[in-house]
Amino acid sequence: MSVVDRQEWDVVVVGAGGAGLRAAIEARERGARTAVICKSLFGKAHTVMAEGGIAAAMANVNEHDNWQVHFRDTLRGGKFLNQWRMAELHAQEAPDRVWELETWGALFDRTKDGKISQRNFGGHEYPRLAHVGDRTGLELIRTLQQKIVSLQQEDHRETGDYESRLKVFQECTVTRVLKTVPDSGSAAGDRVSGVFAYERESGRFFVLEAPAVVIATGGIGKSFKVTSNSWEYTGDGHALALLAGAPLMNMEFVQFHPTGMVWPPSVKGILVTESVRGDGGVLRNSEGKRFMFDYVPDVFKEKYAQSEEEGDRWYDDQENNRRPPELLPRDEVARAINAEVKAGRGSPHGGVFLDVSTRMPAEVIKRRLPSMYHQFKELADVDITAQPMEVGPTCHYVMGGIAVDSDTEAARGVPGLFAAGEVAGGLHGSNRLGGNSLSDLLVFGRRAGWHAAEYAAGLSDGRPPVDDVQVDAAAAEALRPFSAEGPTPDDEGTRPPENPYTLHQELQQTMNDLVGIIRREGEMAQALEKLADLRVRARRAGVEGHRQFNPGWHLALDLRNMLLVSECVARAALERVESRGGHTREDHPTMDRTWRRINLLCALTDPTGGLAATDPVRGQISLTRETTDPIRPDLLALFEKDELVKYLAEEELYE
Amino acid sequence: MSSYKARFKVWRGDVQGGGLEDFEVEVNDGEVVLDIIHRLQATQAPDLAVRWNCKAGKCGSCSAEINGRPRLMCMTRMSVFTREETITVTPLRAFPVVRDLVTDVGFNYQKAREVPSFVPPAGVGPGEYRMMQEDVDRPQEFRKCIECFLCQDTCHVVRDHEENKRAFAGPRFLMRVAELDMHPLDAAAESGLDRKTTAQDEHGLGYCNITKCCTEVCPEGIKITDNALIPLKERAVDRKYDPLVWLGSKIRRRS
Repeated sequence: MSVVDRQEWDVVVVGAGGAGLRAAIEARERGARTAVICKSLFGKAHTVMAEGGIAAAMANVNEHDNWQVHFRDTLRGGKFLNQWRMAELHAQEAPDRVWELETWGALFDRTKDGKISQRNFGGHEYPRLAHVGDRTGLELIRTLQQKIVSLQQEDHRETGDYESRLKVFQECTVTRVLKTVPDSGSAAGDRVSGVFAYERESGRFFVLEAPAVVIATGGIGKSFKVTSNSWEYTGDGHALALLAGAPLMNMEFVQFHPTGMVWPPSVKGILVTESVRGDGGVLRNSEGKRFMFDYVPDVFKEKYAQSEEEGDRWYDDQENNRRPPELLPRDEVARAINAEVKAGRGSPHGGVFLDVSTRMPAEVIKRRLPSMYHQFKELADVDITAQPMEVGPTCHYVMGGIAVDSDTEAARGVPGLFAAGEVAGGLHGSNRLGGNSLSDLLVFGRRAGWHAAEYAAGLSDGRPPVDDVQVDAAAAEALRPFSAEGPTPDDEGTRPPENPYTLHQELQQTMNDLVGIIRREGEMAQALEKLADLRVRARRAGVEGHRQFNPGWHLALDLRNMLLVSECVARAALERVESRGGHTREDHPTMDRTWRRINLLCALTDPTGGLAATDPVRGQISLTRETTDPIRPDLLALFEKDELVKYLAEEELYE
Repeated sequence: MSSYKARFKVWRGDVQGGGLEDFEVEVNDGEVVLDIIHRLQATQAPDLAVRWNCKAGKCGSCSAEINGRPRLMCMTRMSVFTREETITVTPLRAFPVVRDLVTDVGFNYQKAREVPSFVPPAGVGPGEYRMMQEDVDRPQEFRKCIECFLCQDTCHVVRDHEENKRAFAGPRFLMRVAELDMHPLDAAAESGLDRKTTAQDEHGLGYCNITKCCTEVCPEGIKITDNALIPLKERAVDRKYDPLVWLGSKIRRRS
């Protein structure tokens, strides 16, 4: 039996970005003793990098906005693959979640009459994004962090201990979700019993015993070479869920944000906010042409300006003009930039030009886009008030994720497991609209915390027991990189251990080149072979030194997750033979209406989680197809018939 | 693109002690110090401990001292140094070392807890908050803070005076008090909390003698001293020495 520290909590939240913190606040306010575990310091999560704003139909700037319009935009953006009930809840509840932040001290930019200001963004019919300059994510995370501190102050007054009801375990990593065993004597076997984790600082292992676990770990971008994502985005939560037996959904949909920095090389991929376009920035190719007018797809033809003049007029008069095509959903803009560069009309460093300097006075740019000004000035020696930026697509977000119930965020098949935020699938369909991420975090973070607390309180047969065998196995798995040298059973001799940094770089290159923005069958098959090879080598990933704050060791452990998630993306992308949203197949370039109703579910091939035994060729992941529920008639009625025929199969229209 | 070999000295060690270790490492066009530290990890020192996160100057994780000056490694371009220069990277001096470039910044989280939170105004529901942009401009400047703790590290009140840490919140959290004090709707006063007085009495505002070191190192360019600390001092002083205010506070306390 392992001698690791154990603590009892009611709800454990894995991840301390917007979704995790909002879940923790809700669970604690509903009476659950709640622990939050995060890989970074408290307040540093990837949410701080969100720039543009929070989408919520508050109608502060345009009185015609309401939840129905927001719902419609979200489905259009996702090409109707969205889990529609999630899109409905999201659009309905987002305004309350934003207003609530103000009661916790958030300070958004204001309208003339003192309300929360809202800005334009791609795919949103009206100005909808509540924002603070271009640092909205920072405001969100700080507000939630400060709310947590205020709850801790309350607990301190009552109990003398800041951490009696709500504790943040910072710089700790969860490597396994623990479950009861079927014969454990509890009424229901195979449900969540806690998590196994290590402290990054000391390397010490510990177990948090809890009946309910909320996964809120964000995305997977660190498996790609060019990405806007931070180091934490190694797909941990996706992998934890898979390993616990919960399926992932629609993992082929990866969003490449159209505008990342392209130069200098060391900053390639860093995000350039969509607000630049929302506030009037235009895209030009090397010939000086505003090329987006050539890339408006049929489904959006009626909704976008046909001429530069009309597009320009729209910024002042939205009633009588249509918006410029620079504000198409992100997947469309990213593909267009990719095509321009490929056609030889790119900028010197392989991007296109994004220009705001000719559109607004310098002071206005500095006020509305302060961190963009700063970022280009400091990192690229470019003054965006006088020069255009060079930008190109960068891996930004995964639409796919843990399959959850729309109302409760309960993961499928694993009682006690919940998921919210980027790690959960469904809301965004095949492509996410800008601004819908921060609102997603708040709406579904709250719901996950609420239902996790309720589930934990409702257990009548005591706490699910932690299985010691799983704890021992998790400890052994985590220590393996320290003894990576030496022969393996299926090996003829001794081979030197692999360098985890090298493996990571090869993985990033593979995903970038072979499962990137434009996909081809042969390349994805090649990617799967390469992933199999990397998986075998990753089992020999070795580390130097000891367990105390050892980044090489941490990366060696994260590789398991990145490899699992990358295989999900590659396998699902190979299977879906159409192009939709964040999934573009050169060999199947059009959207196929029959695929609209299909979700692809990824599950572990060996459900016991025995990764070692898996066949290197066949891989670790099995796919199944699932037909989605028909969209509720009253929601369908929000669209014109003419539009629906572009997305829905005949039989769906007449059901 | 031109690359060259740079000489680096990086502090390695832990709570037991340690010292500067020499490295020669490749540098390419446009790179920042954090890129070089990552290259060291990938090629020469896989267990070199460093905190980082966004690599875009937004999260405030990769704080360190570069040639003795507190800076973010991700926002320090290699081009600010000459090719001949040896670049020395050491952990933040004001906090206890954990390992290599990683320090224990728990002091800051403890101070954060000691500042009473925003007090929502009674009778104003969610969605009913009305504030003018010109009134939120000032506190918004302070909310740009990314909590890199460079100001806490450089402030001479605690940098070489461990004994002052108990009584002094540091520029970051005095600025937080100022931010809440300038929030147009904060109802602390109505709940009996005078943020100005507590800044002086509980968070050690008096220790600050406005040398502006904090402002100089702030990567967000926040005018910590001029816009937060000095106005807070002025208001605290007004309270303390205004006889009418003094009298009022005595009378209210009695009732």
